[in-house]
Amino acid sequence: MIKPDRIVTTTCPFCGVGCKLQLHIKDDFIYRVTSPFDSIVNHGNLCVKGRFGYDFVYNQQRITTPLIRKTPQKPGQRTQALNLDEWRPISWEEALETVADRLVEIYKRDGSDAMAVYSCAKATNEDNYLLQKMFRALFRTNNVDHCTRLCHAASVVALQMAVGSAAMSNTAGEVIHNDVFIVTGANVTENHPIIALQMKEAIEKHGAKLIVVDPRRIEMVNFAALWLPEKPGTDVAVFSAMAHVILKEKLYNQDFIDARTENFAEFAASMDKFTPEFAEQISGVNREMIIQAARMYASAKNAAIYWALGIPEHSHGTQNALSLINLALLTGHIGRLGTGLNPLRGQNNVQGASDSGSMPWHYPGYQRVDNEEAAQKFERLWNVEPGGLNRKPGLTTTEIMSAVHEGGVRALYIMGENPMMSEPNLNLTRRHMEQLEFLVVQDMFINESGAFGDIFLPATSWAEKEGTFTNTDRRVQRVRQAIQPRGQARPDWQIICDLAKRLEKRLGRPNSAYWDYNHPEAILLEMGKGVPDYAGIRYDRIENEGLQTPVLDENHPGTPFLFSKSFPRGRGKFHPLEYTPSAEQPDEEYPFILTTGRVLEHWHGGTLTRHSWMDDLQPAAMLDINPADAARLGITQGQPVRVTSRRGSIVLRARLTEKSTRGVVFIPFFFAEAAANELTIDVVDPLAKIPEYKVCAVRVSLAEERELRLPDAYQERGRY
Amino acid sequence: MADITLTIDNQVLTVPAGTTIHQAALQAGITIPTICYHEYCTSNGLCRICVVEVQGSRTLVPSCIAKVSDGMQVQTQTERVLRARKTILEMLSASIDLSEANDIQKLMTEYSASETRFPDAERRDPPLIDDNPMFIRDYSKCILCWRCVQVCAEDDQYTYAINFSGRGFETQISTFYNSPMPETTCVFCGQCVGVCPTGALKPKREFLLELGYSADEIMSLTRSERRRRTKR
Repeated sequence: MIKPDRIVTTTCPFCGVGCKLQLHIKDDFIYRVTSPFDSIVNHGNLCVKGRFGYDFVYNQQRITTPLIRKTPQKPGQRTQALNLDEWRPISWEEALETVADRLVEIYKRDGSDAMAVYSCAKATNEDNYLLQKMFRALFRTNNVDHCTRLCHAASVVALQMAVGSAAMSNTAGEVIHNDVFIVTGANVTENHPIIALQMKEAIEKHGAKLIVVDPRRIEMVNFAALWLPEKPGTDVAVFSAMAHVILKEKLYNQDFIDARTENFAEFAASMDKFTPEFAEQISGVNREMIIQAARMYASAKNAAIYWALGIPEHSHGTQNALSLINLALLTGHIGRLGTGLNPLRGQNNVQGASDSGSMPWHYPGYQRVDNEEAAQKFERLWNVEPGGLNRKPGLTTTEIMSAVHEGGVRALYIMGENPMMSEPNLNLTRRHMEQLEFLVVQDMFINESGAFGDIFLPATSWAEKEGTFTNTDRRVQRVRQAIQPRGQARPDWQIICDLAKRLEKRLGRPNSAYWDYNHPEAILLEMGKGVPDYAGIRYDRIENEGLQTPVLDENHPGTPFLFSKSFPRGRGKFHPLEYTPSAEQPDEEYPFILTTGRVLEHWHGGTLTRHSWMDDLQPAAMLDINPADAARLGITQGQPVRVTSRRGSIVLRARLTEKSTRGVVFIPFFFAEAAANELTIDVVDPLAKIPEYKVCAVRVSLAEERELRLPDAYQERGRY
Repeated sequence: MADITLTIDNQVLTVPAGTTIHQAALQAGITIPTICYHEYCTSNGLCRICVVEVQGSRTLVPSCIAKVSDGMQVQTQTERVLRARKTILEMLSASIDLSEANDIQKLMTEYSASETRFPDAERRDPPLIDDNPMFIRDYSKCILCWRCVQVCAEDDQYTYAINFSGRGFETQISTFYNSPMPETTCVFCGQCVGVCPTGALKPKREFLLELGYSADEIMSLTRSERRRRTKR
């Protein structure tokens, strides 16, 4: 029996739930993870990732010395070096000097538009704040973005338009106060497992009724009162038909509409055409079920809506999210305990990375870069000369990639992201990556994107640094150093500060911005001076339990649920809607709709979990296909199949399951050997610039064992 | 809810109706020992270490599930109670490996329980089950407290991967049809590992570390690492 040297309390590095972890450590090895049973977020419960998935920290493939490519890379001929033989170890000094030289050279030659950075929703608030500050204050560019663009960008844009805020309005645990709740486009049992437990508890022990609106028969359907199996991409039709029913049957909340909203008449008129019959035709959902769902939601005392990426990841993602917001405004199910609008954030710190300004249109705290007052405020905070900060909104994640060409983006800095797995249409992304003039990668492993880099800067894991994460219900929680950094790895914030000072010198911007912090706490304090919602957060206040933003001053207790008195934009605004079909529809050549997403055991680009024992549990990509569709094509359980879209083709094993409805197939996107994003389409929502990951047309055909890239990787699993 | 007045170890106290004797005693500063009981799990009164004597009751009463009632007279330290607790501990230690059950060992000392009182008892010694990459199951250490089954079911996870199998001495926690864990509904949340009081359930990497593997060796045992080595 092992006695721990120490037990360190910290916050989980995986999903947005933000569970509290206790790391049991012996000789700097984390051998067990527990959680206190009185923890406010997760009550001692964890999921497989939180309890067992942290061992990537010790993986031998991890890079712990700075590296430089042996062969200098040229735009157009850039290659992908996944093999360590193609890299040479160098000192931190040499690495940072080289990065500073090259970045400054390109900046001086081509200006701020040539510079771009992918910040990271897995890094801390402090790391993200500093990285965007470095690019904004030193390179004068707003080409700063992170993976929120690929997940909830449309939810953020829609919420900003309608209510003026962009976060979950409730605390996740409030679900037990719902008597009806809608879960849509969210496979919570796999992607927010602890929130799913609270949902199950709400249903089984508190009598709540669940309405699932999802094209897949997800596990929560087993707990649902109603399941509306819509065709992917038809959300606007279904939710607007619910609004139509609520309007027609006068189930709306007139007092709330009068007191708290605007634009009702115009919206109501636009709902005329969304009859349940029309919605049934488009979505395939039985009209009676739409009517029932509308009545159930509207006549509830407390109702809330929870959604994840099935709503925003469409070419009409903003419209989708608006159709949900309209419902809440119509019924007044918002602004009270247990009522609200809840986009479940995916990554541990995607809320925080957004709050801390890692976005092209906003300074920290969602203050627009083209707002003169905001720009001047940050010029003062960062010691930048008046008029120095760039007022032009920057490029988004997807736009940065497609702007990589002569005269466009030349230098890219990637902190902890993996666009070569996460961007849509990877074949195109690959061609863009090849065109880069200089690529710096700051990560733990050489992943598919890092392999294109010139310089690799080894960063520490979450267990080797201090900082804060902001979880999906806006709770700012502490991340604590539990073990010594592996090898020469350094915390991201230290790497950024060290580099920034070298850049300052070369750019002749002495003492701009300020980069001497002795602890991440000082960084968060500085951020609080620019971001009113974080003004009252101090490390000593979140020592035991996190605080939920907004925390307006040092005595402010935090905000468990939003909008009790008013919306940040004043009145909630109804938006009239039109139904727009997804960009690519199935046809004779490509008869299936492919929808992509996650599985319980893996994490996003795969950089972490595929370097963990977790990969033993779920070692291969699987195509989920309905047994009836499979039978028609002669596909049996576990058989290799080829999936082809207009953009690419991959081979993987088939899994016959009722989880997929007829005509819809599903592939998780973590697996480089069968990357779902080779197939996906790179069309984006015009407002939010989020790609349409959830709908593209594919063909499925039989394949041979030998066509599988990892034929022996297969593990039979019994879980739903 | 109405309040209830009762006496525990000659202390008169008033608690809300529905309180268990165990909780009521805690409020009076009296700790009744527990083994299967867990503050955040449903209580079942399985191990019986928490028994107390209630005036008018023929048998000893398990305080973790028995609710208080008006005028109840409870004694938590009578000779009969102490003898029952001691015997329970001695019977447990006669058949089960309690080497990693720290709390039970402390109780053994406190109650002067002897590990050798039942020398002829048959030991429960099923082979260790190592059927998945996340945790091992060593049921020779299992005291059948049922916490793992409950957290897998309605207490937390609603997954229902495990339950009791067998009867009497043959009783054991098992998957249905004794299937390997990955083939069951198990989602490997490890809630069961989190509540196991005896080390019967243990993270795989902790198990390997105990066997003397180094961190590097442990990480070299994954399937992808093994595959990488075969390729070379």
